[in-house]
Amino acid sequence: MMATKTKETKVAPLTVGSTAAMPTAESGEAKGVVYETKDLNLWYGEHHALKHIHLTIYENKVTAIIGPSGCGKSTYIKTLNRMVELVPNVRIAGHLAYRGRNIFDPSYPVEQLRTQIGMVFQKPNPFPKSIYDNIAYGPRIHGIRNKKVLDEIVEKSLRGAALWDEVKDRLRDHAYGLSGGQQQRLCIARCLAIEPDVILMDEPTSALDPISTLKIEELIQELKKQYSIIIVTHNMQQAARISDKTAFFLNGEVIEYAETSKLFSNPADQRTEDYITGRFG
Amino acid sequence: MDKLLVSKRMKGRLVQNAILQAIFFFATVLGLIALMLLLSHVVMQAIGWLDGDFLNNFPSRRPEEAGMKSGLIGSLWLMMIVAPVSFILGVGTAIYLEEYALKNRFTAFIQTNISNLTGVPSIVFGLLGLTIFVRELGLGRSVLAAGLTMSLLVFPVIVVAAQEAIRAVPQQLREASYAMGATKWQTICRVVLPAALPGMLTGAILALSRAVGETAPLVVLGIPTFIAYLPSGVLDTFTVMPLQIYNWTGRPQEEFQHVAAAGIVVLLGFLIMMNSVAVLIRNKFQKRF
Repeated sequence: MMATKTKETKVAPLTVGSTAAMPTAESGEAKGVVYETKDLNLWYGEHHALKHIHLTIYENKVTAIIGPSGCGKSTYIKTLNRMVELVPNVRIAGHLAYRGRNIFDPSYPVEQLRTQIGMVFQKPNPFPKSIYDNIAYGPRIHGIRNKKVLDEIVEKSLRGAALWDEVKDRLRDHAYGLSGGQQQRLCIARCLAIEPDVILMDEPTSALDPISTLKIEELIQELKKQYSIIIVTHNMQQAARISDKTAFFLNGEVIEYAETSKLFSNPADQRTEDYITGRFG
Repeated sequence: MDKLLVSKRMKGRLVQNAILQAIFFFATVLGLIALMLLLSHVVMQAIGWLDGDFLNNFPSRRPEEAGMKSGLIGSLWLMMIVAPVSFILGVGTAIYLEEYALKNRFTAFIQTNISNLTGVPSIVFGLLGLTIFVRELGLGRSVLAAGLTMSLLVFPVIVVAAQEAIRAVPQQLREASYAMGATKWQTICRVVLPAALPGMLTGAILALSRAVGETAPLVVLGIPTFIAYLPSGVLDTFTVMPLQIYNWTGRPQEEFQHVAAAGIVVLLGFLIMMNSVAVLIRNKFQKRF
């Protein structure tokens, strides 16, 4: 914890003067770095969706990615666990390392990568199973069968997602009986059950009401003590409230990447300022 | 709006609506009446002939002793081959096409061919079965040869039904599974198949009931229409209900028309039972995502 705290202050001056071309950390920062992105490009067919992305993502931080629709922010977050490859006709070039290891390396099975990286989607997507079976899904596919171990994981994960007290008496009930906000916290619990290192969140509150949104935001503050969180959001206020660092994407490029407080109070790029003050987007 | 024009047209529009409603209602009722007439005619003819003995007797030259035992049991034997073979082949193909296959021209080619197979006349499948199973593989006019032929016949129907069931499983459920590090097979086995199974079973049962009612391919295979014993294995020869009925309707004696009617009632009862099971499964497991 202490180490990351000091790094935060150390990194800040580096990113203050960042321009569009070089918002990455200097070398020698490998410790505490979760993702290192260098010159990442992605095409959907002919459409160049990500252009020369340079981005370094740090441990135990909430990193927000903001930008208007179609700017590539969801594409980027889905590249981090290679889910983007489910889209047909995707082509990727460039370097993207998770904990120093190239995620596109053929000897690095995508299943192994995704075991380290949890993901929460835009729309709550629980399985049509019981609450218990939803949480136990991840541990089970990784081979855990022991009932007692599973019980412990389910309780721990539900507590971690601040859902335990609401559902502890009806673990065998169908997950579709939960409210939208509860379903989304169930999905967070489900991804905690595989004990990930990073949690990717793709607009996790866009389908939720304000109260459920608030609960998820509070939860994110709790989770960042243990996990590195990368969150895509449409909502600039949300990014300002919950994140430590913010990257602003526009037309497939990273325009600015800085401490959240810095980016929102004193943006270095005119386009960032125009976006956060609501002049477009 | 021109209020006068509106009120002038109003009556015409209402009459038009009433006339069309009447036409659609008539169309619906007509189908129902035809079915009722057919059913009542058959049932009337069958009354007095359909009893326990009819189900328990072998066919006979004497109409009052004739029964359906060999056809009924033969149809069950046929299903025992068709159900597993066509379900495994059909669902396997559907899983491959929907989950594994790359979306390229080759896949599209296979897809088109399977869809076209559902429209191929059943007699063509009979010729295929005669060539491959009866002659080439030397299975003769056996339960196995007929079962494999019928499996080929209903296979495309099961593929299409299973594909639709798989496609109805929301993509976001697969994504949730993949995102946790599940392999493709784990995702298929634990997420896709449980969600798609009711749809698959419904399709499979409807396909099976088609196989039970089908006659033409078995005529081509040369399956006998009159057999007074039961098969003791899949390589024995046998007969099925529709063939038995076909045999009776071709007889000159008036009484055999009643025997045939009784046979039709049994066959219809059998098919209605199967279709009801399909409807029950669909209703019981109908889950909206």
